[in-house]
Amino acid sequence: MARDAIRRDEPRRRGLGRRLVIGAPYLWLGAFFALPVLIVFKIALSYPELAQPPYAPTFDLAGGWEAFVAFLGELSFDNFAFIVSDDLYVAALGSSLRIAASSTLILLLVGYPIAYAMAKASPSLRGILVAAVILPFWTSFLIRVYAWIGILRPEGLLNGFLMAIGVIDQPLTILNTEIAVHIGIVYTYLPFMVLPLYATLERMDDTLIEAAQDLGSTPLKAFWTITVPLSWPGIVAGSLLCFIPAVGEFVIPDLLGGSDTLMIGRILWSEFFSNRDWPLASAVAIVMLVVLVVPIVLFREAEARRLEESR
Amino acid sequence: MRGRLSPFNVVSLTLGFAFLYIPILILILYSFNASRLVSVWGGFSTQWYFALLQNQPLLDAAWVTVRVAFVTAILATVLGTMAAISLTRYGRFRGRALFTGMVYAPMVMPEVITGLSLLLLFVSIDLDRGFWTVTLAHVTFTMCFVTVVVQARLVAFDRSLEEAAMDLGATPWRTFVSVTLPVIAPAVLAGFLLAFTLSLDDLVIASFTSGPGATTLPMRIYSSVRLGVTPEINAASTILIALVTIGVIVAALVTKRSVLMRQAG
Repeated sequence: MARDAIRRDEPRRRGLGRRLVIGAPYLWLGAFFALPVLIVFKIALSYPELAQPPYAPTFDLAGGWEAFVAFLGELSFDNFAFIVSDDLYVAALGSSLRIAASSTLILLLVGYPIAYAMAKASPSLRGILVAAVILPFWTSFLIRVYAWIGILRPEGLLNGFLMAIGVIDQPLTILNTEIAVHIGIVYTYLPFMVLPLYATLERMDDTLIEAAQDLGSTPLKAFWTITVPLSWPGIVAGSLLCFIPAVGEFVIPDLLGGSDTLMIGRILWSEFFSNRDWPLASAVAIVMLVVLVVPIVLFREAEARRLEESR
Repeated sequence: MRGRLSPFNVVSLTLGFAFLYIPILILILYSFNASRLVSVWGGFSTQWYFALLQNQPLLDAAWVTVRVAFVTAILATVLGTMAAISLTRYGRFRGRALFTGMVYAPMVMPEVITGLSLLLLFVSIDLDRGFWTVTLAHVTFTMCFVTVVVQARLVAFDRSLEEAAMDLGATPWRTFVSVTLPVIAPAVLAGFLLAFTLSLDDLVIASFTSGPGATTLPMRIYSSVRLGVTPEINAASTILIALVTIGVIVAALVTKRSVLMRQAG
């Protein structure tokens, strides 16, 4: 009797558990990720008000359909028109993309030899090397950026060192330039580039390289025709993982860049915190999202495929 | 891939790790500098560590940060593990594409957008900003990292063990607790630590979502860094680095021990 009751009960309970396991994270992400992004869209179409919250129109759910129609009528595209017409925003977006792209390229050039050497190391050494790449990532991002201020300042350690060994006799201006922003991005994002590269290189089959070399291919040619194409998923994942957040980076350009280093994340921050123009800040966020939506979708696809392959 | 390391490999590893570690080592070294001038070495001193103990706002901020990180890590681990199970075990459920999108997007979303959008949500539902709003925001972006870490472990996991348990009459919950959880435990622990550190570290999202009385340590550090480099911040950074290093080493030892025990038993 009791057994039968449990049996009959089972499919229903399994359904409930399953719904809970899917539902809880689904609802959470819906409420705290998807919905907020929709709100950003809505506010980007509003105009600033001096009241609290500093934007209008506010949408009153209790007002029903008529309130909704009235609300639609009050929406405006002025913020977007303003962004497009003002050189500042276009220039900031352009230089964000440029700085992110060149930093990603440098990251790839710096990260690939490291990941390659890690993958060639003996298994016991590999574990230590992976831990050593991850460890700096666990220390505070802000602190790692801050450490470079002391190094790059005109009277800082790098200039002191270069002058002591006689390479230069005048301190170089590095801090508060785009060079410093590049150094900051490469330094803080390096683990994000090295780890996906290492993951693909580590799984690679050596016999392919051996076969190519037995057939008379030079090591360099074997590298270009076999290693690079096989590590392509890692190259794509690592590059996107660095490029996308770098475009919207705020802390690095703010602390290491000069006042002339325009980046879109910094513009959004100052529109929001200094000018308190929330609708304009939201419109800047939407523009950034639109620019990044293609790389974000590519990243998602790459991750899904990588997971499929490791199955 | 394996083989002997060529001189080029050795050079890339040496330079790469020098680049990663020298700035941190310099920071630690200069936290023991007696001179207030950060670029002049004035002898060994621990005075900045004592100065830190007098700095009540900084200590308060550190306490807020640890509390936020702890609550965040617990919630993010539970939700992230659930999401990982949904994605690896439940096949094609309705709305799966949207779900995967929502799991991967927050990881690469620029922090300024995540912060701004959550703040606008909190304002539009009239939620007072403080401890809980920062925590909610942190759970949202850290749970996705937990999902990815746990998912990787679940994918590599032999499903026939779970099926065997179910065939022998175990309920899904029982199967999860006695078969699945022990195997994915290292990944769950790694996810917990990752969520904890990401929360501890976050400046941008906390700046948007925090309110009076919930200033976090990165927010404090940021505002004093803007005023210039101070040895006190070097000392605070060194303590944080030491804590994180100890945490990572302990976690590594725990994982290694559990692997060894499983191999022995």
